[in-house]
Amino acid sequence: MTATAEPEVGRARHRKEDARLITGATRWTDNMQLTGMLHMALLRSPVAHARITSIDVTEAVKMPGVLMALTGQDVAAEQGSLPCVWPITEDMLAPPAPSLAVDRVNFAGEAVALVVARSAAEAHDALSAIDVDYEDLPVVLDMERAIEDGADLVHPDLGSNKSATWVFDSAEAGTGSDVDAAIADAEVLVERTFRQQRLIPAFMEPRSVVVDPSPDSVTMWSSTQVPHILRWMLSATLGIPEQRIRVIAPDVGGGFGGKLQVTPEEVLTMLVARRIGKPVKWTETRTESMLSGHHGRDQVQRLTIAARRDGTVTGLKVDLLADMGAYLRLIAPGVPILGAFVFNGIYKFPAYRFTCTNVFTDKTPTDAYRGAGRPEATFGIERMMDELAAELGVDPLDLRRRNWIRHEEFPFDTVTGLTYDSGDYEAATDRATELFGYDALRREQAERRANGDTVQLGIGISTYTEMCGWAPSRVLGALRYAAGGWETAAIRMLPTGKVELVTGTSPHGQGHETAWSQIVADRLGVPFEDVEVLHGDTRISHRGLDSYGSRSVAVGGVAVALAADKVLAKAHTVAAHLMEVGEDDVEFTAGTFSVRGTSTTMTLGDVVTAANAAHNLPDGMEPGLDADATFDPSSLSFPHGTHLCATEVDTQTGEVKIRSYVCVDDVGKVVNPVIVEGQVHGGLAQGIAQALYEEAVHDESGTLTTATFADYLLPSAVDLPHFTTDRTETPALTNPLGVKGVGEAGTIASTPAVVNAIVDAVRHMGVSDVQMPCTPMRVWKAIHHRGDGVPTTPGAGGGLGSVNVDDQAYPRGGAE
Amino acid sequence: MPDPSRPARAYTRRTVLKSAAVTTAGTALSPAVALAGATAPSVIAPGESAEIALSVNGREHVLTVEPRVTLLDALRERLGLTGTKKGCDRGECGACTVLVDGERVKACLTLAVMRQGSDITTVEGLADGDRLHPVQEAFIRHDAFQCGACTSGQVMSAVACIREGHAGTEAEIREWMSGNLCRCACYQNIVTAVADAAREVGR
Repeated sequence: MTATAEPEVGRARHRKEDARLITGATRWTDNMQLTGMLHMALLRSPVAHARITSIDVTEAVKMPGVLMALTGQDVAAEQGSLPCVWPITEDMLAPPAPSLAVDRVNFAGEAVALVVARSAAEAHDALSAIDVDYEDLPVVLDMERAIEDGADLVHPDLGSNKSATWVFDSAEAGTGSDVDAAIADAEVLVERTFRQQRLIPAFMEPRSVVVDPSPDSVTMWSSTQVPHILRWMLSATLGIPEQRIRVIAPDVGGGFGGKLQVTPEEVLTMLVARRIGKPVKWTETRTESMLSGHHGRDQVQRLTIAARRDGTVTGLKVDLLADMGAYLRLIAPGVPILGAFVFNGIYKFPAYRFTCTNVFTDKTPTDAYRGAGRPEATFGIERMMDELAAELGVDPLDLRRRNWIRHEEFPFDTVTGLTYDSGDYEAATDRATELFGYDALRREQAERRANGDTVQLGIGISTYTEMCGWAPSRVLGALRYAAGGWETAAIRMLPTGKVELVTGTSPHGQGHETAWSQIVADRLGVPFEDVEVLHGDTRISHRGLDSYGSRSVAVGGVAVALAADKVLAKAHTVAAHLMEVGEDDVEFTAGTFSVRGTSTTMTLGDVVTAANAAHNLPDGMEPGLDADATFDPSSLSFPHGTHLCATEVDTQTGEVKIRSYVCVDDVGKVVNPVIVEGQVHGGLAQGIAQALYEEAVHDESGTLTTATFADYLLPSAVDLPHFTTDRTETPALTNPLGVKGVGEAGTIASTPAVVNAIVDAVRHMGVSDVQMPCTPMRVWKAIHHRGDGVPTTPGAGGGLGSVNVDDQAYPRGGAE
Repeated sequence: MPDPSRPARAYTRRTVLKSAAVTTAGTALSPAVALAGATAPSVIAPGESAEIALSVNGREHVLTVEPRVTLLDALRERLGLTGTKKGCDRGECGACTVLVDGERVKACLTLAVMRQGSDITTVEGLADGDRLHPVQEAFIRHDAFQCGACTSGQVMSAVACIREGHAGTEAEIREWMSGNLCRCACYQNIVTAVADAAREVGR
């Protein structure tokens, strides 16, 4: 074994994963071909809310190649209810969530029948032979109308469309004062209503499930982010003993929260494979994915900020409506709640109240999407800071400086009850403004305004923080989440000195095989290439809580380091024993133990060999050097940064062009800057896309009209600018690696930066808000004060919001 | 590039689509469809399959497919070449981009029977033995992919983009690579990789 020359942590390594991805040799679920494998296809409801009065599969069963066709009635006794593990309040209303609708459908796209055939084509062909009669029920789409008295109900048995109302009040919690008093005493009050449109995660690899049943155990391959949670939940939902279920997440092509789910399709593939006794595969079409995979965001935010004339903020009141869609999916009720703790952002609010009502509608269920609750909150507070600055007539950056936590004030107890351990908002902002050329752009903006240019320049700011490292299990318990938040790593020291690292995280593009290898190589002084990272198979990685919420490095990566430390501690004892000296006389550097002041050395490889041979170990010591560690963080981590966006807005056409985008992020210690950079780019793109392009639109009958990539506008290379990125590095103090997490930061920060820039470009024309996505039509209408009378069509960027209602329902803001 | 010595395409898109539509509609019997305008006139009856020859990555394959089978499904399901990905099956994402007679084609939008006698290159056929194609090397060098679901298509598209002479400037690359979506949004690094590979190939 040789020592590594330079530290591995922090090194810009190319990824171990690259070789198989670049040659197409990936192991996707849909690539699986098993002997005798059958294929499942699902018939989905074309209507959003209806009673199923009859359903007939007799003709479908006669179709070529068809072995089985089932309705909800056929599986009602065994399908159970899809799990929701986050009952945010004691009295939360939760409807049963069947995988296959039994007698009612509650959103367009809900599965109503299935066919199993020899080929996927034959299975799909047979769907058209299934005869279903629907009796329409009133369709509930708009959240505000849904919670009015006498509203039509999505689930009449529940008696209300309100699932739960969750409140955090700083006066009650003892973390701050009373927000109503702050509002009553405010010298300046700004109130706004913002809409967080509905988004679709739109991972590139469609979901796919293969189930191979055998009499003693059943194996599921699934394109999932959460193999461990999936196994647990399949067992709980279907009553199959957990030890007889093996779940494998092979290479997974993106998730962004969209594959953090226990899906109807996973349950149904499991059911039919067991019933038929043969392997069964289900792979979705893109439109199925967009119709039935969970959506994200979809909130109405009513925000009130109280301040003094000098710009000091004195209170923040947040009232949210959050659309759950038709059912409560895995963690959906908790998603908006995650925003409650960062709505205050980086600012010193003395008083705060957050109220969120989760609402049922007849739409595709929502759940986590990149950022999950924090992008919504960050958008709200960062837009409000710009609105307050406009009201006060001060530079929005100066307003932020006046109110943010200064670097010498850390650790800082916030009004939401969190303790921000570290950060340096001044440093990140100084660097960002320098890279951006803030002052020069402000001068150009003034010139363009003075000249009355048809293309106006706007500058948007977002000085964000977020919380990563989900999560301290105690915190999750206090929030009524059903599981813990720890993560496990296990190190196997093989007889040849090579290393297998087993992780409970489940990467789907993030490069854990590379980053975790770097951590192990650094800790143990072994070559990077000698470490093999194993993940995603519950028979290999027996304990884990998977990947989401920017938790992998901050929890799972730390577990890797702790497992390595355990290996070293034992190796140290063995080395001292073998070299016949006291442990205090032995030191370890770069993979080698040596006796201080002598030339006696032993490599870690020698120690591994000896520990495995076990011929001469200290009395009572177990052979081998394997170790595992489970890390449960004591606190969340808080990445932060400053994002600056310059937009050019064509006041004649409403077209928005991003001229420059600068971000300086502080994600703590960086394990691999190449991976971090990629995560930032991807995050920025998804946040910018929310601001400018993406929207899941339902028409008045509840049909999703954006169920293809021609209608749901993912940005392409030509739609995005070149990003200028940099970092400051303030280590997290709550874990031994000093890491914070980076997967969601770009998405969380960028949306308000873009919208602030658009509004800033045309504020002098009387505009104080543009609803997202800021399409040319919406921008033009805002500039020309045309709330109505302009023909609009539903569809992506059609300008009608997540529900096809008049824009007037969400009035343009204005200084109060 | 097209090889004049090979037989021209025997099936046109319009006729085979018509035939496929009849088949999927489940009509039991309808007149056989005569294919016009081809050098080797062929007829595929509804519900029938056709035997076709495909040259993929330099290997000749003969396979029998229903007319409705896309080139993408033929590659993945019949020839086991799963490097080409299905992202949307509607020509909107570009994940299935392959080279057909040197031109980039979305394999989900062309039927296998239409590519009778064509030379097809997939991501599996790009490397020269153990030596990766310069575009593949540039993608690794510049970290131009994360999850990999779009990567095969991006790489194939980039190979053609460079060959077409559309990799001159960043703006040009962004425009001519805009048919390939990447949800991880590695675009900035893809653009750098394509520009770098273009220089490499040009040397």
